[in-house]
Amino acid sequence: MNSDKITKYVLFVTSFIILIVTGGMLYSLIQGSLPSFHTFGWKFIISPEWNPTKGNEHYGALAFILGTIYTSVLALLVALPMAFSTSLIVAEYFRNSWFANVVSTCVDLLAGIPSVIFGLWGFYALRPFIVHIGLTQQGFGVFTAGIVLAMMIIPYAASLSNSVIMMVPNELKEAAYSLGATRLEVIWNVILPNARSGITASYILAFGRALGETMAVTMLIGNANIVPKGLFSMGNTMASVIANEFGEANGLHLSSLIALGLILFVITALINAAGKYIIKKFA
Amino acid sequence: MDTSIFQRGKTETKSAHLVRSWKNKIFFSVVLLFALITISIVFLIIGTLVAKGYRQINWSFFTQVAPDTFDAMMANASGRLIPGGILNGITGSIFLVAIASILAIPIGVIIGIFLYENPHKRYANLIRDIADVLQGVPSIVIGLIVYLWVVVSVTKGYSALAGSVALAIMMLPLIIRSTEESMKMVPESLKEAAVALGTPYYKVILRVLIPSSFSGLITGILLAVSRVLGETAPLLLTTLGNSSVNWNLSKPISAVPLLIWQFYNDPNMVNMIWSSSLFLMAFVLILNILSKWIAAKKSIQ
Repeated sequence: MNSDKITKYVLFVTSFIILIVTGGMLYSLIQGSLPSFHTFGWKFIISPEWNPTKGNEHYGALAFILGTIYTSVLALLVALPMAFSTSLIVAEYFRNSWFANVVSTCVDLLAGIPSVIFGLWGFYALRPFIVHIGLTQQGFGVFTAGIVLAMMIIPYAASLSNSVIMMVPNELKEAAYSLGATRLEVIWNVILPNARSGITASYILAFGRALGETMAVTMLIGNANIVPKGLFSMGNTMASVIANEFGEANGLHLSSLIALGLILFVITALINAAGKYIIKKFA
Repeated sequence: MDTSIFQRGKTETKSAHLVRSWKNKIFFSVVLLFALITISIVFLIIGTLVAKGYRQINWSFFTQVAPDTFDAMMANASGRLIPGGILNGITGSIFLVAIASILAIPIGVIIGIFLYENPHKRYANLIRDIADVLQGVPSIVIGLIVYLWVVVSVTKGYSALAGSVALAIMMLPLIIRSTEESMKMVPESLKEAAVALGTPYYKVILRVLIPSSFSGLITGILLAVSRVLGETAPLLLTTLGNSSVNWNLSKPISAVPLLIWQFYNDPNMVNMIWSSSLFLMAFVLILNILSKWIAAKKSIQ
């Protein structure tokens, strides 16, 4: 065998590693969660009761699935206008100016702040404020977690939107302006229809991020194993309950936490695949 | 087509025009407001860290390990600064990230080159998609899996190795994709020239592809490092933390984000939270700026 063939072979064989890692993850998650699914069956997903007390053990994921969805949807709704606005500033209104530079640098910085620091800031700055204006008694809950989560996903939603908006052909915009359209009309009737799929994909990917965020949510959601009853109710997400209860879990409890991990893995993988699929079709 | 424009009087069209221009202005103001709010979040967070954290940053902060809760309580009661620092966290973070880099960088770069060399093959597309899936996996799930793989099976307990593996898995997709992207920037003619001279394939990779895309590679690696430096959730499940400095792969180890989490859970340590967060934030920011700077220098050439 000559050296070229060996090199090609090395490149090819190394690529197996990522297959093995990802396949092994799925395998281990399924393997680890089997005891829980054996005991509870489909009830694991539709039951809202989660009781780790020895002797009375019962595990159902519904409260955490709903908690995850509530916080992530709220985060997306809050992040959407913010991310869209920064994208418009960077890619349209102030394109290539110092101000656009400042905005995009700040968004990049936002992406670099670790999750645990967002959690701290939420705990020590946002939570007292929420208590102060009387929204909730203690400031923990879906609302607080969702707001901080929104700050964390703005960069993910904005970065792709920026490049998509920049890619809208100038001729189209100029044509609209020459007909007497205002900026708003150009954004609404030219940019949005052209960039729609890319912008949608960026929000889908940001949503996927929100589903799996752990530390900030754990510090702010209140850690109550209940189905959230409203915007200001406490709750728990799949990620936060894993982080909270992992330390003292074993047996069926551990298996149920791994099952939560499996559900989270599958949901985020599907959402990511959907986002990437839209981008691919768009490009 | 709006034909009413021909029937209306001149004043009416003027008012319609006014409505449109006002809508335009209001929309712009709203967009600007939202963007300013977004920017201010960054300044608010960094401002809070600096204002509350600078007091504890001193020599012992970098040279001593984290204090126990009793010492901190005594210091708080007498109004002194909390003794001790985050040396165990700093050394732990460096150790974890170094081992993770040793694991992830060679594999990531090789897979990245593989993807670059086979841009449209079906198998390469599959690998690319799997890297994307891996990038989207929540960090806590990676922690769970590495717990099952390393903590339970290999080291039989929380360990630095487990944490490094978790961080390496998180770095891998980032390095793969950034390697592929920076290789794409290398002019095709450069490669062709090397091949025409009869250079062996591995030498083309080592002497042409990697050196000419080096700044792109470094940028990607620095971004990957700065991303995993702040990770807390997977470390909670794999390395647990350690109150002393540890250089042993099979023993539990601390990290700066883990220390922040411990300080957060201990009411006596409140002041330490902010200084260690400030330190972590500064470290991550410097890495980010450094990678941007390298990337910018490349684009000038």
